[in-house]
Amino acid sequence: MERRDFLKNTALISGAFMVPAFLKPLEAIAKGDLTGHKNLVIIQLSGGNDGLNTVIPYGNDIYYQKRKTIAINKPDVITLNDMQGLNPNLSALKEIYDQGWMSIVNSVGYPNPDRSHFRSMDIWQTGSDSNQFLSTGWIGRYLDSNCQTCKNPYTAIEVDDTLSLAMKGTKMKGIAVQDPNKLFQTTREPFFKDLVHDHGDANLNEDNLGYLYKTMIETYSSADYIQKTSKTYNVTAQYPNTALGNQLKNVSKFINSGLDTRVYYVSLSGFDTHVGQQNQQGRQLKIYGDAVAAFVKDLKGTGKLDDTLVMTFSEFGRRVEQNASNGTDHGTANNVFMFGGKLKKQGIFNDAPDLTTLDNGDLKYQVDFRDIYATLLDKWLDVSNSQVLSKNFAGLDLITV
Amino acid sequence: MNNSKQIKHLYARAGFGIRFEDLHDRENWSIKKSVRKLFKASEKIEPLKAVSENIDLRPRDYKTMTDDEKRQLNQDRNKQEKALNDAWVKQLSNTDAQLREKMTLFWHNHFACNIGNSYYQQELNNIERTHALGNFKTLLLQVSQTPAMLQFLNNQQNQKGHPNENFARELMELFTLGRGHYTEQDIKESARAFTGWAYNGKDGTYSFNPRAHDDGIKTFLNNTANFCGEDILNIITENKQTAVFICTKLYRYFVNEVPDEIHVTQMADVFYKENYEIAPLLKFVFLSDWFYDEKNIGNLVKSPVEFLAGLNRQFYINYQNPDVLMQFQRTLGQVLFRPPNVAGWPGGRSWIDSSSLMYRMKIPSTILNAGLIDFTGKATPEDEAYLASQRKQQLNVIKRVQAQPDWDKFLKDIPKDTTHEEIARFMLEPDLNKTVIDEINRPGDIKSVVIQIVSTPEYQLC
Repeated sequence: MERRDFLKNTALISGAFMVPAFLKPLEAIAKGDLTGHKNLVIIQLSGGNDGLNTVIPYGNDIYYQKRKTIAINKPDVITLNDMQGLNPNLSALKEIYDQGWMSIVNSVGYPNPDRSHFRSMDIWQTGSDSNQFLSTGWIGRYLDSNCQTCKNPYTAIEVDDTLSLAMKGTKMKGIAVQDPNKLFQTTREPFFKDLVHDHGDANLNEDNLGYLYKTMIETYSSADYIQKTSKTYNVTAQYPNTALGNQLKNVSKFINSGLDTRVYYVSLSGFDTHVGQQNQQGRQLKIYGDAVAAFVKDLKGTGKLDDTLVMTFSEFGRRVEQNASNGTDHGTANNVFMFGGKLKKQGIFNDAPDLTTLDNGDLKYQVDFRDIYATLLDKWLDVSNSQVLSKNFAGLDLITV
Repeated sequence: MNNSKQIKHLYARAGFGIRFEDLHDRENWSIKKSVRKLFKASEKIEPLKAVSENIDLRPRDYKTMTDDEKRQLNQDRNKQEKALNDAWVKQLSNTDAQLREKMTLFWHNHFACNIGNSYYQQELNNIERTHALGNFKTLLLQVSQTPAMLQFLNNQQNQKGHPNENFARELMELFTLGRGHYTEQDIKESARAFTGWAYNGKDGTYSFNPRAHDDGIKTFLNNTANFCGEDILNIITENKQTAVFICTKLYRYFVNEVPDEIHVTQMADVFYKENYEIAPLLKFVFLSDWFYDEKNIGNLVKSPVEFLAGLNRQFYINYQNPDVLMQFQRTLGQVLFRPPNVAGWPGGRSWIDSSSLMYRMKIPSTILNAGLIDFTGKATPEDEAYLASQRKQQLNVIKRVQAQPDWDKFLKDIPKDTTHEEIARFMLEPDLNKTVIDEINRPGDIKSVVIQIVSTPEYQLC
């Protein structure tokens, strides 16, 4: 580092120390220095999506032997190569796949997998080892790292009414916004403004009251900015009228209006298919595929697809063999989907899951999910992954920058 | 002796908050007497009766139903769900049996269950209420055999030769032992013991199916025999870890989000020694000095339902349109009978994020004062414009909310010559900071001040 830069940075840091980031008036944050920045959109499928009935290993007879009543019949599979194909409910994604905007990473998991929804979701959201309990999420720690790209509370937005653990750091957290206008209106109340502006530092200690005041202050700085920036853009593309469709439409609005946000988080639940899997999973996959296809095409049209990366994960896959109730029980490794205009290896990234060598009837993972996170942190969010994850991960050759 | 601070704390935690009318005679009670009275008032059991028909028992065939018939069926289900939700919120808001309802709410979250059949939901809820202060082992067995839980955790499909592990896993992970005290193998073996636990789809009652039951030898938590489901529950409760797990959760519900190991161990000793009787355990907690420690006062985040029930109680609010209360629950992230998953609502700070905090601060004035929070400070032109637009909307707000607080009753019970600050200290549990004191000390009538008080971050805590 040059001495001059060093001085400049120290000055900034000491200034920031006296005035916490969330208190700085927004006008003071220089505009335009992040134009053309990259966005990461995370879509969480909750409940443990059955990866084997999502990307079907139709070329492997074991799949059909283990899933007598719930296998997807060969003629119905949307073939991708001679081994794997998509569930017919994901037909909307075929076009995206053919355009080279989708890549499928098979057998993603972690050592000593946990089959509990809550624990495994925590592991994915915190990026921990399976025997490690972290109270902060990986995006939250990205915010904490105080990197060049993550200074503001609205750096990470969850399009929902509540904030996931993934988005919570020690010092910083993302912001949950389902409807930016509604949130903005509630912050106009003069009485609340007084409480925000006149508070003493005593209100900002570590207890719950301090947490409430801090949340309120962050909300004030973000709501105003998000509302004023995002209202300048209207989404014209068509989206399916589903909750996920509307959430992604909002994300499109945020991205296209030029919001200085780097990470968006949305989720879709209903994948815990112990019973009568085909209909239930089919319904959810259709909601997912239709919404994502609309989103990717919309971004392509607005020229933002090269700046956007979408990652979809679920807390675990499901057991290879079906159960007696036409469903599947909790399993382990699963596929992860990536979408965007800058994928390095389009299509299927690695070998189809091995259905022969199993761990207690479950798939063995081949790719650690944190190698995917590391890739996103290093190459897309411009922060060294070892600052966010507990150790340094090598990463994968997933994206071109 | 004036115990008002302790008694206020006791009611904030063991109930849904104290009212001015309650404090007059009670501030001179001893803590012991207050606790006794609290239990006395909760001896009464008031089961919910909002749902009288089990819609699933209607003779019908989906395949031959017309679209109109299907729509009607859905409407009937929605109507039942709303009625059940409304009935419970009213009971939470009006009952004298505060502790029983508070514990019912605890078990509602502990044995989280989200299914479309309101008749079964009501039945489960009434079991949780009946045994809310009774014996945990009885409660556990009865809950496990409700159609609601059998359906929700797929035990209907748990059959000999094809076990479904869902119930066995959640039983140990969430209902009793907690993680780390059993193995994957224990789940598989105990799932076999629960095969055949089912309910009869024709009359909607529990009915053991011997033909589906696996009566082979199972090895569970180092015991080996041809266990049935009841045996598994007994082995689980004989393990003191179950007492520790439940006590940790109760400590976080009643005392502090951060469990104190010594206090939790004391609780677990009492619970285990009393053979899982709940009332003696709670009496022990409410009579412990540490329950009244400064750090345990005013530092729990109210759940949305506690928040709404407390507001309703305090102001004797009467709702003409029950849908409104359900809308508030949805906005704040807690709809009764609709937990997000089998782990229930995570609670604590997770209730609070940007959106929900702002809604929580705005809802009291919406109900009590047509959306207006009087502002006596220095208003900018922007503030003036906002307040003017709020005043314009008043009629709309009133029309939508359709709720009447009983201000006369509320104001009548505030002792004469009570200062604004004293009112705030009574209505808010945490210590007050200078900002809040300055705000409420500005000249204004009591009603305006009270609305400011319930529109603060402090009001979110109990």
